[in-house]
Amino acid sequence: MEAWIEKLALYMQYPFVRYALIVGVLIALCSSLLGVTLVLKRFSFIGDGLSHVAFGALAVATVLQAANKMTVVLPLTLLAAVLLLRTGKDTNIKGDAAVAMISVTSLAFGYLLMNLFASSPNVSGDVCSTLFGSTSILTLTKQEVWFSVMLSVVVLLLFGFFYQKIFAITFDEDFARAVGVNASRYNLMLAVIIAVIIVLAMNLVGSLLISAFVIFPALSAMRVFHTFFAVTTCSAALSVVCALAGILASVLAGTPVGATVVAMDAAAFLLCWAVGRSGSGI
Amino acid sequence: MPQIVCENLCLGYEGETIVKDLNFSVEAGMYLCIVGENGAGKSTLMKAILGLRPPLSGRVVFGDGLEKREIGYLSQQTDVQKDFPASVREIVLSGFQGRMGFRPFYKREEKERAAQNMERMGIAGLSDRCYRDLSGGQQQRVLLARALCATEKLLLLDEPVSGLDPVVTADMYRIIGELHRSGVTIVMITHDVAEALPCATHILHLGRRVFFGTRDEYLREMKDTPEKKEGASHGSMD
Repeated sequence: MEAWIEKLALYMQYPFVRYALIVGVLIALCSSLLGVTLVLKRFSFIGDGLSHVAFGALAVATVLQAANKMTVVLPLTLLAAVLLLRTGKDTNIKGDAAVAMISVTSLAFGYLLMNLFASSPNVSGDVCSTLFGSTSILTLTKQEVWFSVMLSVVVLLLFGFFYQKIFAITFDEDFARAVGVNASRYNLMLAVIIAVIIVLAMNLVGSLLISAFVIFPALSAMRVFHTFFAVTTCSAALSVVCALAGILASVLAGTPVGATVVAMDAAAFLLCWAVGRSGSGI
Repeated sequence: MPQIVCENLCLGYEGETIVKDLNFSVEAGMYLCIVGENGAGKSTLMKAILGLRPPLSGRVVFGDGLEKREIGYLSQQTDVQKDFPASVREIVLSGFQGRMGFRPFYKREEKERAAQNMERMGIAGLSDRCYRDLSGGQQQRVLLARALCATEKLLLLDEPVSGLDPVVTADMYRIIGELHRSGVTIVMITHDVAEALPCATHILHLGRRVFFGTRDEYLREMKDTPEKKEGASHGSMD
């Protein structure tokens, strides 16, 4: 145990470990807050679809050799978020089928592009790290950390400020519209925030595992708590704890960051499920 | 000036008109029941009044001090709501959202009004309970309390008793009747004509024949043409 603590203290002296912790916790916090709304609105598949779009966009950015990949990835993902939200509402087109189509297409195109215009000799290594995040969180630059911090603060402020509105349109969008809440505006805001979070989270967990970040904490919290406020708070807390524990464990054990955090989230879900089954909840 | 005037409303979906040239008005103090077969356009009419789905043509005008956003709405239960983790208080308070603008928190008097409305609906003791754990009748009372937070002037109720057992249904009609007597205009969609008729002051019948008028006129009309399906091709529309 003591050896572990010493090892941890040693690692904490490296800025890249501290950066990873800061960014990891912030992303976990933001994605879990939004996750509650997404899961309840039956929108969790949009998160999944967007993460695949982000993968395709990243491939495009790599091929274009953009100096800052974010300048390509963020606008493309935002665009996809707005489009997906539209199809989700349109009852004529099957929303889930549209999402599935867009996500596999971006995945395939991304992989194609990365193979055709290989920028490094190790294509499969590149693809693997984009999909699963592997080590990129440990190579964050100071700029990227600041960027993540700023965006997270914006997301948190927006969520806090519009918390009651978000609750209203999540519980009953028709009623909210009828009494004059501009639901389309808030839906758009949610879509934009989700896109931003997914782009940020790509660094941490890679595009395949992002959905776990968004839905696991919310689902876990819903097993145990029965008010919207408690579910939101618990989801945020769980997510932060799992991210911290996961990142530290991965640093100590040398495992991939994203996969370790998601494994923690899954364990937390099982625990919450057991608690929810045994008692009547809180 | 009536609270709501519907002028030459045509309702329907792309290319398919369900309701044609509908004219009626809702005066303050009315208890209007909208009846008709399934697919006659009852819910579509309600959505047009609420501004959720624009009519194909015609218009809905608000007056008598009623603004569009001052309509309390009791919708049919959605799938999302059935297992929604929210306390009764959270839901009732959300009725105020429409008039909050960008204000992020509820004011003290709003919290008090919410408490009063829960008291009025007989659910004060449930305010910390989870919505999904309540019975169907209790859930409807919660949604009614929320609608009352949105307005005291006019309530639009879409099938408020569907899925409720007879005892709870009678209770629900009693509550709606009390609200009506306390001065709230009621517009209610129902397929349960027999249950709804005793309380209604006016009836709007949608379908192959369209009728709008007082309850007594409606009963007379029904008596004159007992063959409902073969009824007059035009109702007394005004």
